[in-house]
Amino acid sequence: MKSSVITFPGSNCDRDMDVALKKFGFKNKMVWHDDNELPKSDLVVLPGGFSYGDYLRCGSMASKSRIMQSVINFAKSGGLVMGICNGFQILVETGLVPGVLLRNKYLEFICKNVFVKLDNKENAYFKNLNKDILEFHIAHNEGNYFCSKDQLKEIEDNNQIAIYYCNKEGKIEDQYNPNGSIKNIAGIFNKEKNVLGMMPHPERMIDQSLSGEDGSIFFNNLINNIK
Amino acid sequence: MKVSAIITLKKDVLDPQGKVIHQALDGMGFENITEVRQGKYFEIDVNENDPSKAKAVVEDMCKKLLANLVIENFKIIETQ
Repeated sequence: MKSSVITFPGSNCDRDMDVALKKFGFKNKMVWHDDNELPKSDLVVLPGGFSYGDYLRCGSMASKSRIMQSVINFAKSGGLVMGICNGFQILVETGLVPGVLLRNKYLEFICKNVFVKLDNKENAYFKNLNKDILEFHIAHNEGNYFCSKDQLKEIEDNNQIAIYYCNKEGKIEDQYNPNGSIKNIAGIFNKEKNVLGMMPHPERMIDQSLSGEDGSIFFNNLINNIK
Repeated sequence: MKVSAIITLKKDVLDPQGKVIHQALDGMGFENITEVRQGKYFEIDVNENDPSKAKAVVEDMCKKLLANLVIENFKIIETQ
């Protein structure tokens, strides 16, 4: 299975993602933002970081990069595109997933482990996962998911909410919402469910001696789903 | 010709920075404030002498990059 990770100026989770994808069997290529064409891929990942120094709005400049037209075409033809953290911010700026990510409610950069609950397993990312609650890591300043009331209704009607912030038992409540996101939303799909944007970093949870292995469960399942 | 654009957050979007600035102003003794909203201001020198054409170019920029219309509104002002 082939994957591509796009590196933007200011990306800093691109190599972590490369390590994670390779560990679970992907043949991964790093792709520079100024390239024209994506290599043949089964999965494209927009990694975390601070592309273009978060100038203007997080992800806004990167969403206009040369490679993004190729990524958008790939997504529109049904290809799997996953944006993590800054990658999620880039995805909302392209319009591939709805909504926007605002500054965290309490104006703090948040860096900690959180639990997330999967909402929908009818997609290539979470199908066959034997867990509903996963522990991932978050590290962001702008993760406060927002959309209009009409958009939220559409998102809910189409089952586009991918993951919610919750506690260890899977309770989705305000007190487990780290950043003020509407409805505790931590990740969103496009309508067709081939594009996933999420704030948590599964690539940081692939080694027991570092922080945990729920990322391993996610990536193992993902590659099996794509095969 | 210089054209300016002001980007503001839409009414129903939370502006935590504006809130903090409001509180700071309150603490400094500026008590007569009901709300503070923070926005962005751009001054763009367009190589164009026709004001309506220059404004149209900046409007296009706002729609495509300078503003995110999910959360922001923009206003174009012709300066000189």
